[in-house]
Amino acid sequence: MNQLTHAPISVEALLGHVQSAERGGTCVFLGTVRKDDDVTGIEYSAYDEMAVAEITRMLDEARERWPEARVALQHRLGLVPLGEASIAIVAAAPHRDEAFAACRYVIEEVKKRLPTWKKELHADGSATWVDPSGHPIAGGLRDR
Amino acid sequence: MAQVTVRFFARYAELTGCETAAISVSGTSTVADVLDRVRETVPGAQNLPPRPLAALNLRQVKLEVCVKDGDEVALLPPLSGG
Repeated sequence: MNQLTHAPISVEALLGHVQSAERGGTCVFLGTVRKDDDVTGIEYSAYDEMAVAEITRMLDEARERWPEARVALQHRLGLVPLGEASIAIVAAAPHRDEAFAACRYVIEEVKKRLPTWKKELHADGSATWVDPSGHPIAGGLRDR
Repeated sequence: MAQVTVRFFARYAELTGCETAAISVSGTSTVADVLDRVRETVPGAQNLPPRPLAALNLRQVKLEVCVKDGDEVALLPPLSGG
C-alpha cells in the first residue's frame, strides 16, 4: 500500500490492512477539507521520502506502545476538494481502548512531525500557505 | 570540504525559486553553517526565517548538528499535514 497517494483514499482498503477476527475494536480517523470562508480546496505537497520514513517510525512507535493494535495510514497529496479526505488513519485492536489510543497517537504525531504542507485555494484564484504555528513569514501566511 | 544537497519545499521553494541546491562547506560544519551558506549563495534565501525547521537525511534535527560529505539537508516550512 502506498502511504502517500494522489488518488481518493479508500477507507475500505485501509481497513483490510488492520482488521482481523481477533481485533474487536476498530477506530477510523478521517481528516477532510473543511469549507472555510472562500476556500475551494487544498493543495497538499510533501517531502515524500521523509514523509514515508516518518510514517514508518510513527507506526513502529504505535506498535511498541500497543503491541496488539494494528494501525494503517494514508495521506493524500495534490488537490483535495472540499469534503474529501486528505488523511485516513485506521486502528484495530482486541478492545476499543487500544484502538482509540493508537489512532489518536498517530494523528497527533502526524500533526507534529509529518513533512507535508497545505496551500489553500480561494474562490478568487489566489492561494495561501497554511501555517499552523501562527508565525507569518515573508509573503504572508494564514494562521490556522 | 563537504558537499551537501539542500532541498527546499513548499513556501521555501517559492522563495528561492528552486527545489535543490548543491552547497559546499568546510568539513566541520553544522546545519546552521549550511543555512548561512545557502543565504549567501541562493537567490531569495535571505528571506528564509532565522531558524527554520531542518531535517538531515530524512530526520528532523537541531541546527547545531554536524553535517558530512554527501548529506541531504532539507529546510522545512511550518508543517501542516493531516
